[in-house]
Amino acid sequence: MAALTTTVVDLSQQSVRDLNSSLHQASPGTSWQVAHPGGAHNLAVGLTAGLDVVIDGPTGYYCAGMNQRATVTVHGNVGTGVAENMMSGTVRVRGNASQSAGATAHGGLLVIEGDAAARCGISMKGVDIVVGGDVGHMSAFMGQAGRLVVCGDAGDALGDSLYEARLYVQGKVKSLGADCVEKEMRDEHLAELTELLKAADRDDDPAAFRRYGSARALYHFKVDNSASY
Amino acid sequence: MCGIAGLQVRDPSLEPRLGELLTGMLHQAAERGPDSAGVALYGDARLTPRGHAAVSLLTPDALLTDVAARLGGDTAAVTVGQSTVVHSPTLGVTDLERAVRVAFPSAVVTGRGTELAVLKGVGHPDALAEEFDLRAATGHQGIAHTRMATESAVTPAGAHPFSVDENVCLVHNGSFANHATIRRELRAEGVEFDSENDSEVGARFVAAQLAAGHDLEKSLRLLCERFDGFYTLLVTTGDSFAVVRDAIACKPAVVAETEAWVAMASEYRYFAHLPGIESARIFEPEPEEVYTWQR
Repeated sequence: MAALTTTVVDLSQQSVRDLNSSLHQASPGTSWQVAHPGGAHNLAVGLTAGLDVVIDGPTGYYCAGMNQRATVTVHGNVGTGVAENMMSGTVRVRGNASQSAGATAHGGLLVIEGDAAARCGISMKGVDIVVGGDVGHMSAFMGQAGRLVVCGDAGDALGDSLYEARLYVQGKVKSLGADCVEKEMRDEHLAELTELLKAADRDDDPAAFRRYGSARALYHFKVDNSASY
Repeated sequence: MCGIAGLQVRDPSLEPRLGELLTGMLHQAAERGPDSAGVALYGDARLTPRGHAAVSLLTPDALLTDVAARLGGDTAAVTVGQSTVVHSPTLGVTDLERAVRVAFPSAVVTGRGTELAVLKGVGHPDALAEEFDLRAATGHQGIAHTRMATESAVTPAGAHPFSVDENVCLVHNGSFANHATIRRELRAEGVEFDSENDSEVGARFVAAQLAAGHDLEKSLRLLCERFDGFYTLLVTTGDSFAVVRDAIACKPAVVAETEAWVAMASEYRYFAHLPGIESARIFEPEPEEVYTWQR
């Protein structure tokens, strides 16, 4: 945000490839604004530098996918797979996100101010995700690491087949998935949740959340279950 | 992969703009289904004059040049690209369909009802929208589908919507896994099929449930119980608009709703141009929940 000038890329005039190519060559610290995104897929993907990118409108699939270091803000709704496989940086969605938000992401912070649909944080591998609204069914499915904070409600089968990701939900959980259990909220959890809410610019009360995690019962194959296969 | 777009207009002042709005939605859906497309229009007076029974057809040849002469009476026909809509002010829907089938035995009936026209074709959706003159369409409800074929050949008859019962249309994104089994069962009950398409089996199943006296919501719940596979379905009747997804819900679906209209699409961007979208209630349907809207 510190940059004095902002480069505007108007997608009613230029192609998505023009945009991404410009962003890939941009110097760290520069600011970019994307006009008329029109729900196009693959906007601002594969960024590696610490850019500040603002997208003025809705985006399609995989917005800010594979992000490293950049800050990408979307003033609109995003399609499937926003910030999928993000490594670092921040992606903020001011609207709703479609399914598989933050899928397989290794790091960085994904903030969705509205609702996220099904499978939010599927196979998350270290990313922090803060959702201001609700998340859909099978969120954090097979999550391996990272934190998912849901300020609203969670749909069916939250945390199914979870490994080590930590889940915080303020509202109702429709059901927990296989091997996902509620866990005690200890001081260190309240502390990290406070940090996450602060990073996401939210003023929710950390004490109103409950914590969920893996029961770790699916880590090892049990020979007693061999007849099931 | 397929694209779905549908719009039910509640504010009558938007009815003259149905075609324009649906054209914009179809254009956005083209990337998900570039091989063929179809639309269903409810209440477009160009194709289905108010109060007329109407039957939509696909014909393999130009036999339809003398429709009125062959059907007799007061029937008239409008040919739109690869489709033809026959209508009559005096015949009932059933009688008109019977007359059409007798007069044009090689034609595929793609729709029938009092206010429904079904137009389908092979080609790029934008080219088909031109062919249909979709921008000029009017009416209170319209659905559009773009197809990327996986389960049967790319033919006009394989394009959606599938409309196999009076005023009922179904469009499908996905693939049914057990459609062959269910097709066999329905055939054993005397149901006839027009194509080898898996989605047609879904439409015939819904029609059979409606014929058995179930309402649309119950019929779609029964479909969820009976069908395996992937599906996002949009099903319409003359006055209702319904959306249902399979238990996994991996095929995309977004719903937007205002006081003036309800719209469903595969992707958000399909309705980015709709009036009042900024303040619409937007959500993605839950798996195996049947959502219905009545006019």
